[in-house]
Amino acid sequence: MKRHLLVLVILLSILVVPLTGDQSASVEAQDQVTIRWWHIQTNPDQAAFWEKVANDYMAMHPNVTIDITVLENEAFKQRIVTNMQAGDPPDLFQSWGGGPLWQFADAGLLRDISDELEGEWRDSFSAQSAVEMFGQDGEYYGVPWSWGAVVMWYNKELFEQAGLDPENPPATWEEFLEVVQALKDAGITPIALGEGDKWPGHFWWVYLAIRCGGEEAFLAAYTREGSFDDEAFVCAGERLVELIELEPFQEGFLGLGYGDEAAAFGDGLAAMELMGHWAPGAHAENSESGGAAIEGKVGIFAFPTWDGAHDGLLGGGDGFVIGKNAPDETVDFLRYITSAEVQREAAKIWVIPVIAEAEDAIEDELLRQVLQIRNEATYAQMYYDQFLPPAVGQAVLDAVEGLFAEQYSPEEAAQIIEDEASFELD
Amino acid sequence: MARILPRPKVLASEPYFEPRSIDWVKILTIILFLAPGFIIMFTILYIPVIQSFEYSQYRWNGLGPLERYVGWENYERLYDTTQYRHARLFREATKHTFILMALSLTIQLPFAMLLALLVGRGNFRGKKLFRTIYFVPYVFSDPITAILWIYSLHPSGLVNTILESIIPDYQKIIWLGSVENPSIALYAIFAVLTWKYFGFYMILYMAALQNVPKDLEDAARLDGANEFNVLRKITLPLVGPTIRLTIYLSILGSLQQFVIIWIMTEGGPVGHTEVLGTFLYKYGIDGLRLGFGSAIAVVIFCMSLVFSIGYQWMVLRQDYRSLQAQ
Repeated sequence: MKRHLLVLVILLSILVVPLTGDQSASVEAQDQVTIRWWHIQTNPDQAAFWEKVANDYMAMHPNVTIDITVLENEAFKQRIVTNMQAGDPPDLFQSWGGGPLWQFADAGLLRDISDELEGEWRDSFSAQSAVEMFGQDGEYYGVPWSWGAVVMWYNKELFEQAGLDPENPPATWEEFLEVVQALKDAGITPIALGEGDKWPGHFWWVYLAIRCGGEEAFLAAYTREGSFDDEAFVCAGERLVELIELEPFQEGFLGLGYGDEAAAFGDGLAAMELMGHWAPGAHAENSESGGAAIEGKVGIFAFPTWDGAHDGLLGGGDGFVIGKNAPDETVDFLRYITSAEVQREAAKIWVIPVIAEAEDAIEDELLRQVLQIRNEATYAQMYYDQFLPPAVGQAVLDAVEGLFAEQYSPEEAAQIIEDEASFELD
Repeated sequence: MARILPRPKVLASEPYFEPRSIDWVKILTIILFLAPGFIIMFTILYIPVIQSFEYSQYRWNGLGPLERYVGWENYERLYDTTQYRHARLFREATKHTFILMALSLTIQLPFAMLLALLVGRGNFRGKKLFRTIYFVPYVFSDPITAILWIYSLHPSGLVNTILESIIPDYQKIIWLGSVENPSIALYAIFAVLTWKYFGFYMILYMAALQNVPKDLEDAARLDGANEFNVLRKITLPLVGPTIRLTIYLSILGSLQQFVIIWIMTEGGPVGHTEVLGTFLYKYGIDGLRLGFGSAIAVVIFCMSLVFSIGYQWMVLRQDYRSLQAQ
């Protein structure tokens, strides 16, 4: 559905959706400024929330006009690059931090807000490592506003149907493979996956790479002291092949998108899904039942591990960063977005707060569990396709897709990534 | 030796040969009329083409200044399949483009001609209705076509449902992402492209068929030619210029194919529907490698240009000439 939506949103975005009009036109006391804000919350509740935040801020600051553009995820990624190449970044826009952000920063397209961030604002964040994803070498270009984790979502009812204990999800990789087999034997699709979009599948491989090699292996490869064809990354591929050989995914998963994946889980047609904290929203949005088919039946568990495996969490989230031409008021508005007041409100809808003061505002039990998993993690690895330079991220996606399609061996997949990394990172 | 005859003086005194003052107004008018088109073409077409050749000599992510000159390296990365993954992918993409091209020429165009003969010349009720029905897919925009077919080709979509109900023991085919047989996606895409474009070619053929003089065909029939021979020896040669034009359009269209494939598969599964257009977009622009992307663009541009000029010169020239003669 995501990809289907893409086109629609491209068409819509050509018309640029100015959700805010001229509410503040009457006041002339201060200089009128306009903040161009791009976000990707196409979910109606979430989009309405941002609109309210903007309206509230404009009411408090009559000289500020906030011009919102809502873009669908994939459409946003393509359009932001175009604007960046034209040297015209929006004033405030979605970012996941990491490699792509730093490329924009290196080209001087972003505004350094380290001075404003220093002190009280910075200290308010509980997810400190998340803040680091938005800066390098002492410069910061934005802040996170939601930071979560990729966890296993599972359907307790389907577990029961397969004769499994729904309150006792698998903890080890071996148990997990047994659960997959048991579900399959019961005629239930064990895992929902939309590998046509590639990034949902890469979560599996990256998580296994974390288990196989931990932080050390990744940092070694990233800093080029090691490499991406080291044992840890081959091991990740081998473990993944163990799973793929069980054929646990829904029919045609290789050509289906994330929307199909969310729909399969949201309609109760698949028992498990490895996905980030935004999954419930996607289940409701994409499924025919609107999420009703799984209401109250969903649980989460941490990604399986094994003896000698490394701890660590695959995580990430959303942030907003500031373009180079943004008016000063943008920084203040961003500070308002990450204020306790706004964060508490957002937490009631979908956001996993990044500031300690707002954490208790989460009403959803599952999101509370995600938050707990996030805060307990000793090491959080950002998604590779976001953290690494775009071309290397692309190689990861290609390589893992090849594993899922049974076209590459674990060694070949690791080699593809290493070839690209040695070219980009050396 | 031919003698050079003195210029006849009588004529020189004729008013016709008097040196005329240059009509500046006329020239200015011509320039004014040509300028907008020329300026637009030059700034948004020719300059970027030349620029992309320059960019292709650099390693460049499109954001900062051009700094890292790499010479022909980007082209090597497209060519040297033993060393570079992208070269292998590029070769695959080229192969798929040519497969689509060959299928278009051998299936799509003859099919369109067949329908044009049936709908344009056949004598049955509802001709107009069929003509409209066949042309409708061409009116849909590419994204709509793509989305329509994503749904139809979904594992439990329309196509499989229909096939299931008419074929007993039908083994469900995964059209766009089969693990066992991923290359089937390319043929599924070709079916979609045919569905979309045959109506366009059919209309062109129908227009051409209308201009074939009836009396020529009747004369042949009187001489004892059967219908097949009339078609082969009289009708088709007379619509030759249109056929040659559609071949040209079809080949160029295949080289430029992008939107439908990008929306439907993004070149997947594992590059099995990658064509030149999607390859350029994915690895040049999405991967933030504008230098490399420029090299890809230059290669595609040269392929199109060589084909275009060659085909015009060798094949279409005769048609232009006969057009001028008329």
